[in-house]
Amino acid sequence: MPSRTSRDVLARGLWVLGQAIRTEPRRFLIGAVGSVLFGLLIIGNAFVIGNLVGRVVVPSIEQRRAEWDLLLAAAAILLGISLLRVLSIFGRRLGAGYMQFHLQARYRRAVTRRYLALPPAWHRRHATGTLLSNANSDVEAAFYPIAPLPFAVGTLVMLVAAVGSLFATDWVLALVGVALFPSLFTLNVVYSRRMAPRQIRAQQLRARVSAIAHESFDGALVVKTMGREAAEGERFAAEVRELRDALISVGRLRGAFDPVMDALPSLGTLAVLLLGAWRLGTGHITVGELVSVAFLFTVLAFPVRAIGWVVAELPRSVAGWDRVQAVLSATGDMTYGDAEPAAATGPAALAFDRVSFAYEGGREVLHDVSFTVAPGRTVALVGPTGSGKSTIAALAVRLVDPATGTVRLDGADARTLSAAALARTAAFVPQVPFVFDDTVRANLTLDRPGVGEDEARAALELAQADAFVDKLPDGLDTAVGERGTSLSGGQRQRLTLARALAGSPRLLVLDDATSAVDPRVESAILAGLRGGAGTSILVVAYRRATIALADQVVYVEHGRVVATGTHRELLASTPGYTALVTAYERAEAEREREHAYDEEVPA
Amino acid sequence: MTTATVTAERDYEPALRTVRRGLALSPELRTGLAGTLALALVSMAGRVAVPIAIQQGIDWGIRGPGGLDVGRVGLVVAVTVAVLILTTACGYLMVRRLFTVSETALAGVRTRTFRHVHDLSVLHQAAERRGALVSRVTGDIDQITQFLQMGGVMLLITSGQLVVTIVVMLVYSWQLTLVTLLAFVPAVIVIRRFQKRLAGAYGTVRQRTGTLLAAVAESVVGADVIRAYGVAGRTSAKLDTAVDELRTAQKQALKTSVTGFSTGEVAAGLALAAVVVVGVLLGVDGDITVGQLTAFLFLVTLFIQPVQIATETLNEAQNAVAGWRRVLDVLDMDPDVADPGAAGRDLPPGPVEVRFERVSYAYPGGPTVLSGVDLTITPHTRVAVVGETGSGKTTFAKLLTRLMDPAGGRVLLSGVPLTDVRFASLRAKVVMVPQDGFLFDGTVAENVRFARPDLGDEDLELAFGELGLADWVTGLPAGLHTPVGERGEALSVGERQLVALVRAYVADPDLLVLDEATSAVDPATEVRLQRTLDAVTRGRTTVAIAHRLSTAQSADEVIVVDAGRVVQRGPHAELIRDPESVYGRLHSSWLEQTR
Repeated sequence: MPSRTSRDVLARGLWVLGQAIRTEPRRFLIGAVGSVLFGLLIIGNAFVIGNLVGRVVVPSIEQRRAEWDLLLAAAAILLGISLLRVLSIFGRRLGAGYMQFHLQARYRRAVTRRYLALPPAWHRRHATGTLLSNANSDVEAAFYPIAPLPFAVGTLVMLVAAVGSLFATDWVLALVGVALFPSLFTLNVVYSRRMAPRQIRAQQLRARVSAIAHESFDGALVVKTMGREAAEGERFAAEVRELRDALISVGRLRGAFDPVMDALPSLGTLAVLLLGAWRLGTGHITVGELVSVAFLFTVLAFPVRAIGWVVAELPRSVAGWDRVQAVLSATGDMTYGDAEPAAATGPAALAFDRVSFAYEGGREVLHDVSFTVAPGRTVALVGPTGSGKSTIAALAVRLVDPATGTVRLDGADARTLSAAALARTAAFVPQVPFVFDDTVRANLTLDRPGVGEDEARAALELAQADAFVDKLPDGLDTAVGERGTSLSGGQRQRLTLARALAGSPRLLVLDDATSAVDPRVESAILAGLRGGAGTSILVVAYRRATIALADQVVYVEHGRVVATGTHRELLASTPGYTALVTAYERAEAEREREHAYDEEVPA
Repeated sequence: MTTATVTAERDYEPALRTVRRGLALSPELRTGLAGTLALALVSMAGRVAVPIAIQQGIDWGIRGPGGLDVGRVGLVVAVTVAVLILTTACGYLMVRRLFTVSETALAGVRTRTFRHVHDLSVLHQAAERRGALVSRVTGDIDQITQFLQMGGVMLLITSGQLVVTIVVMLVYSWQLTLVTLLAFVPAVIVIRRFQKRLAGAYGTVRQRTGTLLAAVAESVVGADVIRAYGVAGRTSAKLDTAVDELRTAQKQALKTSVTGFSTGEVAAGLALAAVVVVGVLLGVDGDITVGQLTAFLFLVTLFIQPVQIATETLNEAQNAVAGWRRVLDVLDMDPDVADPGAAGRDLPPGPVEVRFERVSYAYPGGPTVLSGVDLTITPHTRVAVVGETGSGKTTFAKLLTRLMDPAGGRVLLSGVPLTDVRFASLRAKVVMVPQDGFLFDGTVAENVRFARPDLGDEDLELAFGELGLADWVTGLPAGLHTPVGERGEALSVGERQLVALVRAYVADPDLLVLDEATSAVDPATEVRLQRTLDAVTRGRTTVAIAHRLSTAQSADEVIVVDAGRVVQRGPHAELIRDPESVYGRLHSSWLEQTR
């Protein structure tokens, strides 16, 4: 079956090339025309040189008298051909290159557009590294064969023309060509197809080597503190050895191919010399024609390789194309309605109505969740690790949609609201702060309408971030670096909180968004928010101080709402809740008891 | 060399020195070099065989003394075919040897660099540099091999070809050789200038590729935020700019490359025309035969290829040398914390006593983080180190586990200076659970086994049971064999820390260092875990870098660090008596948020 599979790949690869040509016909044409011209010039050049030897060199040397007119004309023709060839090279390479770059750019735009359009649920299923290579190396790979494609097309035309010109010269010499060209062509194709799987394997092993290095270096602290450097080194070395063997096998194939590729045209030239001498003796050809054909064979081998380059890149191209298409054809886009929320100002009402949720292909993580956040109220979402709090937060701002049940904002199903209305109404601050590689100001405003300097400043103040921003070298205009690396964790959290506040949201959803902020600062922030009263707040919280500021607590366990009420009510009614929020006190009390016991009964 | 310069390129070192350094570090590269060179030389001779055959065929056979003699041409052809078979075989052997030797040598460099990086503290101190370090063992080395094989072989063959061609040319006619060389002089000058522009143009391409990748990464990592704030338009505008700028740079680089390449083409045309004119003049004077002149025309085409290939590969060569230099710089860096190896000592058996003697530490070029720390932790004690962010408590943990060495003073474990302790003994007896509880892409069992590869599934189940986590682990989809995903992302942050703790537990250390290891677990889980840990830490010395004061409350003793100094120590109950002290203030703030 392998040969059939590889034939399929070849066919699919050619289909991809067809798609590419249909997308960029003009640039392809420029490249192909340049390439055909290049090929014809190669043939022309060989015949000019042959004629030159036959008609100028031989008589001049025999007669000991240079025919100046002819000689200078020949030199001029050679120079002219050379200049035309430069022109053809520009056409061929720029046409091909521009075609390739434009295709890459077009697909990169398309892929990244899809990234922005596809819902968070899709993003969660795909690793960042994969998405990066989809947009970068996969797009690149898909269009690798484009660079030599016009050259290959031109070469095919050239081969046909060469055979034609050979037959016009002498049928015996033409037979040498008829034998040689197909074998060059076949050798290239066979080589490329045998090389492709080796290259692919080497590429896969490279990726694995790289993945191990990434992982091992990321986990360096664990590796080191467990003294496992040697074992990690061995894990890496094993993969490196496989890569080495794969690359050596690539080298062996190349070692066999390259010298034979060089030798074949030389053998052809020698055959021409021998047969040509015979045909010369029988008077069928001239010395000039012999030289022409010999020269042609010498310069022809190189362009034929272009065909091999295209064939060699096809499997990689198909693989890249498939991965790119997987992104472009991915479905599950969130559709938005065009409704506006009932109220335009004042705090919003949030309601979860029998909401359940499961990540695609995974177990259900939320079951029948119902609760409300009344306008202007602060609700704390409390529960043990992994109980589904973050998922509830994501549902509240419609990053994901429920499997069943409804999330309502001001009474309207969140799915009916327009995207702009949603973004204006609800602001979300995630667990891990995300900062754009831009200035503080741009991070706060995000070019949102109605969010200007005044709003940014007020939000910074509310988020207790004004002091540190003022101390930055350029204040609001300080660039924060990729992912905000120049800021501390707590600063990043306060900045993202300020970003949410700057848009004056009517509902604020905080997913444990202040974990790196000093507790006192956190209390001040939350107190400030409640004072404003323009916002309803849903806050995922661990800290008692945070919970204490809430009007109501929703306690979740294993994806279910176990109890709803005030902190006090839940303490009285819900043992799980009590166990969670009083864990420290009880542990302390227990320790004191043990301590007392220890003192009474010395060990 | 300090860690600060590790990833900064030292562009000033001449290429030749880098190559010499590289060869010194990889003597394997020289394996059988003489033989490879000899094979290369023979295979190169194949290139000039055809022009010589043409010359001989024409002068001796076709236009020989007795007129056309096909037999002589046949003889010439036969000899040349034999030569070609020989040179082709040599060419095959040469490429094979070259691949085998270079791949083997560079696999060695790759492995050594990887291993060496693990010995460098830059790895865990400067997280943002990790990506760069990964390139040292991947892309940079790929570049060297690619160059050695593509560029190297090409350069070797083509420069040899150039030399052989010139020799043959000189034999035929020194005048025509001179003419050919002169025709190429302007091209060489122009190409050299283009090379610099080309290097610059490719530099721009690389830089813009980087910008594009950063923009894509931002749009992917920030997908939630971009959606929640409805700012996709802004992001796609940024992406489009990055895509278009890369395309512009690619086009510019290509234009430069093609222009340089064309110069060689023009030179070849010029040389061909000049050889024809001067050759005929020489022939008229009887200085050169028809065969020699014809052979010369073939030789000129052999001349142009190396020049064109050199244009393309020299740029690659520059990249490769830069990559090699970066790899060598990493290898040249001495590990700041070195294993005393055979000269060292093993820690005595039994629980560990910790002693800090006037220990101070400052990050290179940075402020002092610890100064004059003097303290002793008696065996079996469970100590909590508390202090505000930046107080130096994490540094304390790193010095204790010898991830770093102090700038002043010394750390002793059970009376043995830490710098004298063999790593094998140190890592077996002292285990640290870092903040982020890093997991490897594998199953839960594999991650725990990372500490003790010899443990069976029953041992692991037992360990989870002893820590009160049996329910948790059986609740996972595939129990112990549940895959944790890349970096453990299939588990929650809290669950990852649970696995990290079990991993440390099965390592069975005598000194356990916990660096805020439970910060992302909910309070109930933390307390449950804490209680289990209390049991397992009995019998060993434990130092916990505490983020939450609950850890401090359960410790035998609390060490309070403030601004790089130990300001208080004693049991929790004792320390809270002074509400104005550092600990007193920390404690009241803690109470505020938990009650």
